[in-house]
Amino acid sequence: MRKTSGYDILINTVMTVIVIFCVIPLALLLISSLTDNSTLIRNGYTFFPEAWSLDAYRYLVNSGSKIIRSYGMSFLVTGLGTGLSILFTTTLAYAISVPGLPGRKFLTFFVFFTMLFNGGLVPTYLMYTGTFHIKDTLMGLLLPNLLVRAYYVMMMRSYFINSLPQEVIEAARIDGASEFQTFTKVAIPMSKPIIATVILFTMIMYWNDWQNGLYYLSRKTSLYTIQNLLNRMIQEIQFLSSNAVVGQSNAAQGIPSGTVRMAIAVIGILPIAVIYPFVQKNFAKGITMGAVKG
Amino acid sequence: MSAKETAAVQPRKKVHLKKYLPIYLIALPGLIYLFINNYIPMAGLVVAFKNFSAKRGIWGSKWAGFKNFKYLFSTSDAFVITRNTLLYNVMFIVIGTTLAVMVAIFLADIKSRIRSQFFQSIILLPFLVSWVIISYLVFGFFSAETGFVNNTIRQGMGLAPLSWYNEPKYWPLIILAVYLWHQVGYTSIVYYASVVGIDNGYYEAADLEGATHWQKIWHITLPLIRPTIITMVLLAVGKIFYSDFGLFYQVPMNSGALFRTTGVIDTYVYKGLMEQGNIGMSAAAGLYQSCVGFVVVLLANLAVRKIDKDSAFF
Repeated sequence: MRKTSGYDILINTVMTVIVIFCVIPLALLLISSLTDNSTLIRNGYTFFPEAWSLDAYRYLVNSGSKIIRSYGMSFLVTGLGTGLSILFTTTLAYAISVPGLPGRKFLTFFVFFTMLFNGGLVPTYLMYTGTFHIKDTLMGLLLPNLLVRAYYVMMMRSYFINSLPQEVIEAARIDGASEFQTFTKVAIPMSKPIIATVILFTMIMYWNDWQNGLYYLSRKTSLYTIQNLLNRMIQEIQFLSSNAVVGQSNAAQGIPSGTVRMAIAVIGILPIAVIYPFVQKNFAKGITMGAVKG
Repeated sequence: MSAKETAAVQPRKKVHLKKYLPIYLIALPGLIYLFINNYIPMAGLVVAFKNFSAKRGIWGSKWAGFKNFKYLFSTSDAFVITRNTLLYNVMFIVIGTTLAVMVAIFLADIKSRIRSQFFQSIILLPFLVSWVIISYLVFGFFSAETGFVNNTIRQGMGLAPLSWYNEPKYWPLIILAVYLWHQVGYTSIVYYASVVGIDNGYYEAADLEGATHWQKIWHITLPLIRPTIITMVLLAVGKIFYSDFGLFYQVPMNSGALFRTTGVIDTYVYKGLMEQGNIGMSAAAGLYQSCVGFVVVLLANLAVRKIDKDSAFF
């Protein structure tokens, strides 16, 4: 065993400082949600409040039908979105990985080109609202810019090409399996690691999404996910502090300020914090797998 | 091709089609989605050359020539948002990369695997927090009335509270800090994979020669992960005309007073479209971003190809 050198002490110190820097803002959030509301208003957000209280969480449990509903919406949108997304992504990725498929090159380029060039927000928004009328519908939270990401399609395609043993696929074909059976019975079961990784990233993406709600939900606040509700609440803080006219519907009205807000933010992170220890390894692996091309 | 040959090819093609039909079918949902979500809006970019009317839609609206662009570039806004977008990205690339590489090397050098694992899991955590919630964190620090900075730090030092959300000059630093907090863990994991992939033989040889840790970093680690660094930087350069909408919309809480130092192309397009109803100008800014962004990404990729063919997009 080598003795601890100055270098070891240095890197451990630097990393400890960085880790503290990472955790401190989250700690402030958590502590604020557990602070007594009048203390918070008097002393501001602090790491060592004079008085602690669980009132914010009691409020969430007792009176927040709005909050509980949006929490449910978050789970619904994440579940539906991830399910649809993985279905569309896997099938497309598999198709453009089949050797000898006529037109395969063109289809691959069709997918890939969307990573290089895009129409941006304005035409996308005008099309989705003007042609498809997804404004104020559940589809507004599911479809735009979330469902199929070329990046994940390309990542899965390389996995199918490089990591599926072609002999097994060939054997299945020789045994008389149709192309479709080869896909469902051979390719899918053998690709569990990549599918799990993409599911994980897609779930996080849907859970954390607030932009589609910002663009596509204006009147129908009953469709708000927890992120949309949080977004509306912080917009209203901004409206109040800049004394602007609050022209929009007051979806967050009646929710007490201060600690309750922070408590809602805490429960917004909660599901991710709960699953994170279990998926941390897959997550890190997923980053290294595709990040260079991300 | 003679008639005979055609006849010989024809049945084989039919077999092909029948065989591959299921493959085309399963590809269909994804292809249709990409066509709608990505390709129609590409064509829809023509709206930048139109006088958009909601009643007529993108295709039916009357042509306006370059009017929208003249309008966009006649104000100083176009300059401000382009400057901010580029400068923030340069700052992110330089400081973010340096920090991420440093963290990656340190993580790989920490002897206790368990401690290294623990550090890795914690520094990745901020990446999983949504921008809305991050704006709550930032608000907790910088709120004028109840923020930690005004109430604890500034008061402790005997300074008067500051109205942070009305003071543009502090925001480049705040945005940079938030960006690093959110992103460095993620980027460092990529470099970490590259660092631990280095053959241990190099370090053993260096140890025999009595090299110090810094010499090993400078003469072995950095040169060997250089291709990864260059590739990652060039890919970031390829996206230099884009910025994270969440970072620039949520973190300054969409405060108009901060536009001069926090306004970027993405937030400008959003505001024009959703808040000011100025669709023409917003579309012009969007087209400007899409086209210049496209050229930049092609150039960056060309550069990547020269250095490391496998990492290039195409």
